[in-house]
Amino acid sequence: MSDALLAITLVWGFIFLYAIMASMDFGAGFWAMTYIKKEETNATKIANSYLSPTWEVTNTFVVGLVIAIYSLFPGAVFPIGVALIVPASLILVLLCIRSAFLVFSHSVDKYEKVLTYISGITGLIIPGLLISVLPITHLGFVEGVKGNEELNLTKLFTSPNEYAFLLFGIFSTLFLSSLLLSDYSKQADEMKAYKIYRRDAMITGPLMLVMALLVMFTLRNEANWIYVEMMKKSSLLLISLIFFVIAGVALYLPYFSKREVKGMPRLAVIAIIVQYLIGSYVYGIAHLPYIIYPNVTILSGFTDPTSFRAVFATYIVGFAILVPGFYYFWSIFMKDQRRKFKRRQMTN
Amino acid sequence: MDHLQMARAMFGTNMAVHIIFATIGVGLPMMMLAAELMYQKTKDLQYVVMAKRWTKTLGVLLGVGIPTGTIAGVQLSLLWPGFMEVIGRVMALPFQIEIYAFMVEALFMSIYVYAAEKIKPWARIVSLFFVAFGALASAVLISNVHAFEGTPAGFRFENGEIVDVDPWAAFFNPSFLVTAGHTALTAYTTGAFVVAAVAAYKMLKNKFGTTEFNFHQKALKLSIVLGLVFSFLTALNGHATTQHLYREQPEKLAAAEGLFETKDHAGLTIFGYTDPEAQEVKYGIEFPWLLSFLSGNSFDTVVTGLNDFPKEYWPPLYVHILFNAMVIIGSGLIALSLFALVWNKWLKKETYPKWILWLFVAAGPFSVISIECGWIFACTGRQPWTIYRMLTTADSVTTYDNLGFLFTMFILVYIVLCVSVVFTLLYYFKRHTIMDDIYKAEQKDVRLFDSNS
Repeated sequence: MSDALLAITLVWGFIFLYAIMASMDFGAGFWAMTYIKKEETNATKIANSYLSPTWEVTNTFVVGLVIAIYSLFPGAVFPIGVALIVPASLILVLLCIRSAFLVFSHSVDKYEKVLTYISGITGLIIPGLLISVLPITHLGFVEGVKGNEELNLTKLFTSPNEYAFLLFGIFSTLFLSSLLLSDYSKQADEMKAYKIYRRDAMITGPLMLVMALLVMFTLRNEANWIYVEMMKKSSLLLISLIFFVIAGVALYLPYFSKREVKGMPRLAVIAIIVQYLIGSYVYGIAHLPYIIYPNVTILSGFTDPTSFRAVFATYIVGFAILVPGFYYFWSIFMKDQRRKFKRRQMTN
Repeated sequence: MDHLQMARAMFGTNMAVHIIFATIGVGLPMMMLAAELMYQKTKDLQYVVMAKRWTKTLGVLLGVGIPTGTIAGVQLSLLWPGFMEVIGRVMALPFQIEIYAFMVEALFMSIYVYAAEKIKPWARIVSLFFVAFGALASAVLISNVHAFEGTPAGFRFENGEIVDVDPWAAFFNPSFLVTAGHTALTAYTTGAFVVAAVAAYKMLKNKFGTTEFNFHQKALKLSIVLGLVFSFLTALNGHATTQHLYREQPEKLAAAEGLFETKDHAGLTIFGYTDPEAQEVKYGIEFPWLLSFLSGNSFDTVVTGLNDFPKEYWPPLYVHILFNAMVIIGSGLIALSLFALVWNKWLKKETYPKWILWLFVAAGPFSVISIECGWIFACTGRQPWTIYRMLTTADSVTTYDNLGFLFTMFILVYIVLCVSVVFTLLYYFKRHTIMDDIYKAEQKDVRLFDSNS
């Protein structure tokens, strides 16, 4: 594997991880807002308790991702920076307000309601903006010569492909988060909340798949080059579809069985993550060699080889230290949360 | 405002907000660690309560510090893509490592807060040490990028292409240690004086002899000692930084001192403003020969004046005022804390007179002002360059020229954040008094720390 390929694989890995973490984070905010009136189900409480510990890491991950891109592909910084200044600034503003109120609401009870609405609304808008980055990179709307690029916003906002991606992003967020929350509430023995979130996942899942098909359909018209490349891997796309079906079975099982079956949300979560992994791999590999079509390729943007080696070394060292640390903390935290819920139930 | 000024104002506003929270975010963990160590020494539970309340404050401040830091990190590439292209190729390491330093801080902070009562005192101190270490490392690494901008190393331009890249040579550029040291020491100084300001204010509001009064007096004494140590170290380091400027960015030193003619036995002028017509600092107080001595440890040292540089290389002349404000406030902090220490230790007074307390109340905001002045001086004094004599600011800026709307939006967000962070702190500490916390600390099995992240 060439260095540039290794580097873009790393970036893809970060984007994938962030997409999963952020979907769960943003979606949880939305669900907390949706069920704020249904106090007896604990659905809002579950979503909020999931929300709080993850924000620091997800926030830092944004910076980590940006740093990964400019330290591995500095040649792409200028066109990316110019193309994304409007959407990225909007994302930053929303993210900033959201994170700040997440922190403040721990200290000021009055803010809890404000926070629920802020994180609920931004929970839908931010994923929509984030995923718009993809159409910007493949539709070819970054125009102009090197050093003077500009994003054609009119073309972007009249493109059906952009809207297909927008809806796909939003439904993916809702689907992934409801799926995870259903698993999380089952773990915490909150059966009312579990039923609500399982139902949400059963509705948003098929909708997400419809949007995915819409994405493919509009890609064929508007960015045929990437569509052709993706269809070369149609067997992989089929496998990802099979994983979606597996997740569906794991969720819908109780409806077909006569006995008291609760469904297997954990299996569904894993199957769906595998589905997304395969899907995003196919999209990513078809996207190569372009970072921004047709201006920037991974080779034209790639960093200096000595810098690459130094940066790569810091990744290895950094991850070797941090991954076990976070695993340890996460396990303490999850235990703590479960104990808190149990305690609350006992006092009720 | 033209396009370049707009972009600079936009990024500058972000930094002006961010560094307040970032600086206190580095300084407070040091104070928390000191309080925990004092507890181990004295077994006085009030020090644990102190550490707990500062931890809570830090947690709230991070609610602005982290989001504004996120904005800074991303906005660098959005507003200054030309600059980040070079940084990405040559100086990516500090940014990379900074992410890990931050993660270390966040991780140990969570352990400290969640598990404080469950782990042994030494483990608590170790986790707090790593919190402070992570915060300090982030500050040092980010300042290193600033150091690199002033004294670039580890690459060359050849026909517009970057060649001979050596990322570690860039990392260990000539002014890395002095610049990073300056950031670290001033952050600790600011941390100490901000704590001192709150403690002094609370002493003025509480009656002498009450538990609250004694609690705040302990906090004040602790911050006076640490404030003195770090402000004094800052002065020594500031001297080294000036000598670096003399060698590596002479036009910045000349602008800071308002020196136009190259000469030996050059004088140091404080106060006043630089008048380009008269080619001198007006209404200032001049100390003869001092600038030469400070620059090279001898009165014969020749200091280059602005006239020996092409005019387009001149930094803005108002940096003289910023430089002065920074140095004068810094000296004032040393004098104040030294006086208070002598008053307490050698004159054996039981408490401080009101006017000293009011001075400490002022010292907190002034130390933050000093940080702001120092930072604006450091960055505008480098103009017209983003990377000294390598890359101009005009070549770094984005070509997207419709910044006005985005700028307004960001300003509104900063206002909302700054107002609500103050409100949050006041609200929380009004409802969680010191007496509550001391009572809680005395009960063995009550959780002192609540969820904080």
